[in-house]
Amino acid sequence: MTDTVLSVRGISKSFGGIQAVRDVSFDVQKGEVLGLIGPNGSGKSTLFNCVLGQLRPDSGQVTINDHKVANMRASHLNKLGVGRTFQQLSVFPQMSVLDNIILAGQEHKGSMASRLFGPSDAGLTRAADQMIAFFRLEHLRDEMAGSLSYGQQKLVDAAMAFMAGPSLVLLDEPAGGVNLTMLGSLKDRLETYNREHGTTFVVIEHNMEFVMSLCTRIIVLAEGEIIAEGAPEEIRANQQVIDAYLGG
Amino acid sequence: MTRKHVHIAFAVIALALLIFVPLGQKNYILYVLTSWLMFSIAAMGLNLTLGYAGQISLAQASFMGIGAYVTALITLAGYHWVFGWLAAMGLTFVIGLLLGYPALRVQHHFLAFVTLAFNTIVFLVLRNEDWLTGGNHGLVGMPRPDFFGISTGRNLQFYYFVLVLFVISAGVFFWIVNSPWGRAFKALRENPVRAESLGVDTRRITLLAFAIGSAFGGGAGAIMSPLVQFIEPGSFALIHSLKILLMVVVGGAGFFYGPMLGAAVVILLPEVLRFTDGYYLMIYAALVIVLMVYSPSGLIGIGQKLMQQIRPRQEVRKDMAKGAQL
Ligand SMILES: Nc1ncnc2c1ncn2[C@@H]1O[C@H](COP(=O)(O)OP(=O)(O)O)[C@@H](O)[C@H]1O
Ligand SMILES: [Mg+2]
Repeated sequence: MTDTVLSVRGISKSFGGIQAVRDVSFDVQKGEVLGLIGPNGSGKSTLFNCVLGQLRPDSGQVTINDHKVANMRASHLNKLGVGRTFQQLSVFPQMSVLDNIILAGQEHKGSMASRLFGPSDAGLTRAADQMIAFFRLEHLRDEMAGSLSYGQQKLVDAAMAFMAGPSLVLLDEPAGGVNLTMLGSLKDRLETYNREHGTTFVVIEHNMEFVMSLCTRIIVLAEGEIIAEGAPEEIRANQQVIDAYLGG
Repeated sequence: MTRKHVHIAFAVIALALLIFVPLGQKNYILYVLTSWLMFSIAAMGLNLTLGYAGQISLAQASFMGIGAYVTALITLAGYHWVFGWLAAMGLTFVIGLLLGYPALRVQHHFLAFVTLAFNTIVFLVLRNEDWLTGGNHGLVGMPRPDFFGISTGRNLQFYYFVLVLFVISAGVFFWIVNSPWGRAFKALRENPVRAESLGVDTRRITLLAFAIGSAFGGGAGAIMSPLVQFIEPGSFALIHSLKILLMVVVGGAGFFYGPMLGAAVVILLPEVLRFTDGYYLMIYAALVIVLMVYSPSGLIGIGQKLMQQIRPRQEVRKDMAKGAQL
């Protein structure tokens, strides 16, 4: 048993002529909150999608909880304890908040048959209500997810990633488009969740303040390559990073 | 009274009407009512595939056809109707599953064309394989079944027999769409990529949406054989798949009562408009266009809009987003 939850080795990916990710390697330890930052188009989302088996890297290998994830389907990966969000808002708009959250947990309960013949909430109403309360969405529980404000939908989206009790959660720009008050609360919830459950996080984020205060370690990507890695203070002081952001 | 109570009360009243309204009616009315129940079952199936799971299918009439012919062949060979019914549902389940495979690769209008082509193939097989299907002449003389010595031969008796099947089908449908499977079907419709990332096996759920929806079509077909006692390929041509699609869309895709309401409208409206002579198709088409423009979620959608105007919901202050600011 190692404490390495996620291991990325030599991942490269290009689209036609564009080399989106170039020979990227890093490890993430249990309980860590790793930030992945970099200018627009630096390959963060592409790297995420390679890690999650959504895209097939040109070379390299990804191991999650000692499983090689090459060619693994997203639903399978999720069952191995990996939760994620997408850069685009991804809730189920015509389903209630409660149903969104229950859906995010139900496939981890019982078998296909037991999900047809068992209770309609798969026995998850209590757990879902707890998750809804954790993200302070109680008053919106029975509303259609699509009728919520953007920031509230972002919270529902994040809550879904946690519903199955994952050991590793990857969040792609969770704070994107979220207003300032909501941002503070989102950070607080993520920190609390990490503290209470020891869940490992990898967070892509554009908002520097958000990443600096949330993450324990930061990796900086520019043009598909890692240009810096370290604690938030080190990154803040790194001249190369400042150049990449201001110059890029 | 909770919403649940309202739903139960509504179902009980509707069922009472379905039991008492046909008493003393003429054969023609009984026939129209029975075929409404039958088409409601077929439309229920398409509602699952299209309305809940979001997979377009233009082949529901072909599944009715397969069900009708299988039942006809089995009952004409002297076996009880129940065996025909089970075989019809089983076979259409399997064929529906196979038809679901293209849906794993193509979506939307491409899928519409695939299913449309399938309907055409079934039609051609029914027409050309004379040795099995009787070709253009079809099959005649299918008996109406007896159950424990009770005949369904008379039209009123047959109506009640179909009503029982309708209630069973609606019960099964209700169970499925309210189970975790139903939630997975909706998730597939709303955002398949997100659903997959949350552990939903979207391939399997897509195939099941087709298989179950098709089996309802097969079940409806098994009713058609003894109902009209004469089946021919033309009854299952593409136009009839479009008719079933219309039932689902007019009633309200993705709503439990949608296809039943839609089937009533699609079957009854032409009868009501008959006095307008040659114009009824045009009036009918115009009404459908107006409906779709005004309410894409069908008649049920209109009902919901009206309800909301009468009794505005207590809106949470979404714009202020106060409560969710942590
Ligand atoms: N599916 C794709 N097809 C072609 N090019 C892509 C695709 N996805 C990303 N890219 C390109 O790869 C580069 C990295 O994109 P992305 O990973 O989205 O960056 P980030 O998330 O850091 O903003 C960009 O130049 C982008 O245009
Ligand atoms: Mg991105």
